[in-house]
This record gives sequence, C-alpha cells and structure tokens, in this order.
Amino acid sequence: MAIKTEPFVLNIGPVHPSTHGVFRMRATLDGEVMIDLEPVFGYLHRGVEKLAEERTYTGVIPLTDRLDYIASMTNNLAYVVAVEKLAGISVPERAEYLRVILAELQRIANHLIAVGSFLNDCGAYFTPFLYMFRERERVIDLFEMVSGQRLLYNFMRVGGFNQDVPDEFFPALEKFIRQMPRYIDEYERLLKENEILLARAKGVGILPKEVAINISASGPVLRGSGVEWDLRKVAPYSVYDRFEFDIPTGTVGDCYDRYRVRVIEMRQSLRIIEQAMKEIPAGPVKSDVPQLIRPPVGEAYGSIEAPKGELGFYLVSDGSIAPYRCHIRAPSLLNLTALREMMIGWKIQDAIIIFGSIDITMGEVDR
Amino acid sequence: MILALSGKEVAAELEQNFPGSVVESGENSILVKSESVFAIAEYLKNTPELDFSYLTHISAVDYYNYFELVYQLISIQHKHSLVIKTRCYDRQNPVIPSVVKLWRGADFQEREIYDLMGVSFEGHPNLKRIALWQGFEGHPLRKDYL
Repeated sequence: MAIKTEPFVLNIGPVHPSTHGVFRMRATLDGEVMIDLEPVFGYLHRGVEKLAEERTYTGVIPLTDRLDYIASMTNNLAYVVAVEKLAGISVPERAEYLRVILAELQRIANHLIAVGSFLNDCGAYFTPFLYMFRERERVIDLFEMVSGQRLLYNFMRVGGFNQDVPDEFFPALEKFIRQMPRYIDEYERLLKENEILLARAKGVGILPKEVAINISASGPVLRGSGVEWDLRKVAPYSVYDRFEFDIPTGTVGDCYDRYRVRVIEMRQSLRIIEQAMKEIPAGPVKSDVPQLIRPPVGEAYGSIEAPKGELGFYLVSDGSIAPYRCHIRAPSLLNLTALREMMIGWKIQDAIIIFGSIDITMGEVDR
Repeated sequence: MILALSGKEVAAELEQNFPGSVVESGENSILVKSESVFAIAEYLKNTPELDFSYLTHISAVDYYNYFELVYQLISIQHKHSLVIKTRCYDRQNPVIPSVVKLWRGADFQEREIYDLMGVSFEGHPNLKRIALWQGFEGHPLRKDYL
C-alpha cells in the first residue's frame, strides 16, 4: 500500500529570522523538497522614488541612506556620482580619495554581515556572526568618528564632503588595516576547509554563467558564477583606476563560491585602502557648489560597484531644484530574479542557505 | 572602459533591417517606435558584433504627454553600451511589448513599472503588482496621482 502524499504550501512569512528582512516566500513543498516558490515582496515599500521628486537634490541624500541600510556610504556615493554626472560638477582630489577609502571600508563592513549571516543560516549559529560583528564595530567606530552616525551616515555631498575628516581618523584607520588581515585569517582558519560548511555549501544553489548574465545579476552573485565584471575595473569611477587590486571570481556559481568571493574581496578592499592612504593629497574637500543645485535640463545614469552589486541612479532634470524623476537600479532586486530556479529541487534548509548567499537587503528591493 | 556606441551609427544599421522604426537618434541613444521594441531588442541581442547580453535597467518616466521607457544595454563581451528609448502616447491604457523573453532581468522591473506607472507589457508571463498590494487602485508614480 503506497502512502498518499500531496504538496503542501508553506508560507515562509515576512516575519522570520532567516529571511533577512521582510521577505515572504510561498513555498510548495513535497515532503521537505521544494517544488515551487513564489517570492512576494513590497512589505518595505516606502515610495522613495516619489518622495525624491519633492525634495531638493541634497535633500534626497538621507533618503538614499535608507535604501541598503547596511551599507549607507555606498548608497550616498552612487547618488552623488549620478548628480555630478548630470550637472557636470567635478570633485577635488582629496575628496575622491576619501570617497574611495570610505566606500571600501563600507564594503568590508557589508561583507562581514553577509558572510556572518550566511554562516548563521548554515547553522554555525551566532559564533562567526558575532566574531565578524566585533570587526564591524571597529569599522562603525571609524565611521562615527567621521560622520557622527553609526549606521545611516548621510555624509557624502554633491561636490565632495561638507567637512574634512578629524585628525584622529587616519591613525585609527592605520591601526585598523594593520590588524584586520589577522582577523580574516582567523575566520579562514575556522571556516575555509570546514567540513560542515563544505558539505552544506558546495554544489548548492548553482547559478550558471549564462543565466547570471541574463538575469542582470551583479556584484558577488555575478562574479561567483565566473563572470569577471566589476565596475571598478570595467568602467572606473572616482579614482579607482589608480589602484591595483584583483577581482575574485568563482568557478561554479554555488553558495561556496559566493562566500569565497566575498572573503577575498575584503582582503582586496584592505589593499585598496592601504594604497589610498599613502597617496591621499591635502587640499579642499568640496568644490564650489551652490546651496540649491539646479542641473541643466537633461538626464544621466550614474552607477557604482556597491557591495551588493551595481547600484545606479537614473536622474532626469527639468532645470528646477528637485529631480523630475529619480529611478533607482537596485542590485538586490535583480539578483533575486533567479531565486525560484535556484531553489527548486532543494530541501528547505538548503533553500534558506541559497537565499542567504545572494545577500539582499529589503530596503533596496522594495524602496 | 565601456564604450558608449554612437546612436547615429546604430540607427543607420537598424534602418537597413527595420526600416521606419527608429524615430530619432541621439548621441548615445536611439528612440524607437513602441511596436518594434521587441524586434529591435532581439536583433541587438542576437547579432554577434553587437551582442547586447546584459540589460542594466529599464526606467519609466512620465512626461505629461507620453510615457518614456529607457532601456540600458551592455555587451559584456565587447564592452560597449547603448541606450534605447521608446515612447507611449496613450495615457489611458499604455501597452509596450515585453522583453522578458530576451532578458529575464526585465521581469521584476517591468512588473514594477506596471505597478507604479501603469504601463502594461504585452507578453509578460506574470504581470502582477509587485510593490503594492493586489487591489490597490491607481498608479502612484504618475505625475497626476495626488
């Protein structure tokens, strides 16, 4: 006598510890194996694009902070780069170098959370998570020294920065980059050849190369699948063309590859910060920009390599003090396109790991 | 460096294969008729010299007389980029062919444009609202909403 079974719809609901924010998945399960998946989001939609049409160009910067609330500096940078492209404003050298330093520090902070919560999902529970948060606190201390805020900095401005970094910043930064490589070595010692991590993450959630290009993936998701595409090398913005660094790529496109890409990127970020610290010139940090910026009529698309992928702003100006249209190209939203086919056929616990390895933030997905 | 292709050259090449569909060409962008978006996009993706395999983003802008959609395409192999624009003059029921079959990255973006701007996409397999809930009335990003 055969046992009668039927598929079961499980709502992995918006409020859930593993969903990295308010993300809902309607999963159809056959036993424990996932046979269908429907992602539902929009729970954090705040209408940022509509709000941006009512505020001045500088007034949109705090709105951009809250997009990817884990990595605020790079959100600000993407928006400010787009406005400068639209209005034709140039930025002094010292400000460019400071932007690179802050963006790379932000990349380290973001990847610490991404790797930490990925391992949390794998079942290593909070041990690597808190080890990495210990380092993230040091980066946040540096940011607090600079901007006064721990998480939502609102620090970049069109044309540079409003004020220079304080005197204690560079000695503290020097101390951080001298000590950080040993912490990354500590994580590698515990995790790189860890049997359990290899068993859970190798070969799981494979995203083939052609699919990754077709779904407009970007960032570590695209590079983990073997495509060597990093905006800092391919279309350098700011002063990235003056630094030497490598772009790690994966081979297969599974969760383990994405994890390795993020760890190696952290080391490369330290390398960039070290070079930038040696070459940073003295000088002003803001170019002469009026209080209310009125770009000429036109449009521009400016994008940067944010920690999660390519974050871009498409701005349309009609000559007034507020943007006519501000469209945000969010990397997390596009990286989620292939979620269904990456998850089908795996069990629930693998599905949670696959979702964690893409590394999304709902503030960006929903806006 | 990513080379931005010249709009005029691409327009000249497209004119041979799709006569009459390119309305005007700018410095790095071409404006095409809304009916021929899919055919031109397919040509741009499948021709080996152009090979636009990566769709960076689709944006919709509401100029009061028309909706304008902006597609930004990149070729990862050849490292060049192009911007395609199209306009839709019908305000009550704007429809544009969907490019989901060519680039799956357009899936969520087209749903979002349908949700917030009200532009429907013909041929999209799952055109539902994405950011707002089903049953919401109106399209908030339009200029005449509120």
